[in-house]
Amino acid sequence: MNNHRDFPASTSRGVRVQALLLRGLVYLAAALTVGVLLFIIAYILIKGVPNLSWQLFSPTYTSDNASLFPALVNTITMTFFSLLLAVPLGIGAAIYLVEYSARGNRLVKVVRMTAETLSGIPSIIYGLFGYLLFVIALKWSYSLLAGACTMAMMILPVIMRTTEEALKSVPDIYREGSFGLGAGRLRTVFKIVLPTAVPGILAGIILAVGRIVGETAALIYTAGTVAKIPDTLMDSGRTLSVHMYALWNEGLSTEQSYATAVVLLVLVFGLNTLSALIAQKVGGKNG
Amino acid sequence: MNTFKEKFMKGLFLATACVSILAVALICFFLFYNGAPTIIQIGLKEFLSGTTWRPSNGIYGILPMILGSIYVTAGSILIGVPIGILTAIFMARFCKKRLYRVLKPAVNLLAGIPSVVYGFFGLMVIVPAIRILFGGSGKSMLAASIILGIMILPTIIGVSESALRAVPESYYEGSRALGASHERSVFYTIVPAAKSGIMAGVILGIGRSIGETMAVIMVAGNQAVIPSGLLTGLRTMTANIVLEMGYATDMHRQALIATGVVLFIFILIINICFSLLNRRSKE
Repeated sequence: MNNHRDFPASTSRGVRVQALLLRGLVYLAAALTVGVLLFIIAYILIKGVPNLSWQLFSPTYTSDNASLFPALVNTITMTFFSLLLAVPLGIGAAIYLVEYSARGNRLVKVVRMTAETLSGIPSIIYGLFGYLLFVIALKWSYSLLAGACTMAMMILPVIMRTTEEALKSVPDIYREGSFGLGAGRLRTVFKIVLPTAVPGILAGIILAVGRIVGETAALIYTAGTVAKIPDTLMDSGRTLSVHMYALWNEGLSTEQSYATAVVLLVLVFGLNTLSALIAQKVGGKNG
Repeated sequence: MNTFKEKFMKGLFLATACVSILAVALICFFLFYNGAPTIIQIGLKEFLSGTTWRPSNGIYGILPMILGSIYVTAGSILIGVPIGILTAIFMARFCKKRLYRVLKPAVNLLAGIPSVVYGFFGLMVIVPAIRILFGGSGKSMLAASIILGIMILPTIIGVSESALRAVPESYYEGSRALGASHERSVFYTIVPAAKSGIMAGVILGIGRSIGETMAVIMVAGNQAVIPSGLLTGLRTMTANIVLEMGYATDMHRQALIATGVVLFIFILIINICFSLLNRRSKE
């Protein structure tokens, strides 16, 4: 703390000015952050809401009416199948890390490191990889399945990390009580630990859903950009975010882009609120 | 029977834990397996330091894109880091609990907004603003830097805030006891103590910035030439892949995958820096 050598005994004017200046800077930065967020939301809503019409939710996409309904359905399908793949894997991995592995285990370190690496890889790299593996090497062509597999890899670290946190927050007394009553480890995990951790895990899953809904770069070359509801999982279909990119790419319908942006924002806002509410409940219960 | 079930499930959990290892291995393998031969075929030097990207003539130099990525990342850091760190300081040390309960979700929401929406917002607001203020088309390094600067805010705020909160309270109390004001105590004792954690946040921000695709494509102009100024357009490595992958064939496609490999190496280096710093800040 040798920074304080120059600090005078009585509060001089310079010191007071400096304090005010620092305070001002901090307040300004916070105001800017919130201001930017409010501006983006207000701008999209004001420009977008008047463009929302029932037409946009008509079941088919035509060149006259760039309906976003197929994209909305595809987003839900994509979310469902990505979660179907990633949630069991992520929860299983977290259970192993928290409940089974010994402290300082070598393997655990490697798993943590790779999970960290996965969460740092940008979505375009996932897209490229999904294209090379699922679309080309496995010959699935552009398909919802290829997109869902790619997304599952992307959200795996999110689910792993949040589940790990949730499991760790379960007090050891619960486990000891269960063991004391003669239950095995497996029974303890499924009957005692997991049920207690459900809200935390759920909050993480919802966070992952937000990621899937907002993703574009990883899906353009895996799930493709066909603007209809595919008949099977092996067909191409665009999600809402990809739909917005496609509208921009084709250089048409700014109005529809605004409307799509509104739907996306509302979805993301809803998911975020839901996740925060659940997380708050958890925090309230444990604290 | 019971012990068999226990062992079986333990094995199963172990297997799921190994999935992330497998995923990283697969990603590395597929990218390098597909990209590395191409880089060798084009020539490492020609590929990395070639200033011309003209796939129709078989000229593949990605230096403009590498520089483009580095420039917009640097720009976004210049904009996002000061605002982000100061906001984190506000959230950790200056704001009342009630305000915090609004601010924290707001920052999370900023992180949740899809990148296409950011891109679209940039295209409709920032690009025209630059066009009116400075002339030109508006699609420029500046526009991309501003949008990315906003997009990395939540990353920097989140990591910096937890680093600031991890500093022992005694540092602050000691400083106050010596007669320093609240502001001075925060800026001269807590912030320096959280330095490596904050740096980790900045590096994570760099990673987000360099890997961002959709928002940059919409506002950067995407000319595949070496960027010559703040107000001229540029193309990043990420944009190069998305823009041309749709119609590229043969060698052109291979060169795009190779661009992805170069980007991936950048990301790996950034990741290593991040985990090194993170380890140090935890010690």
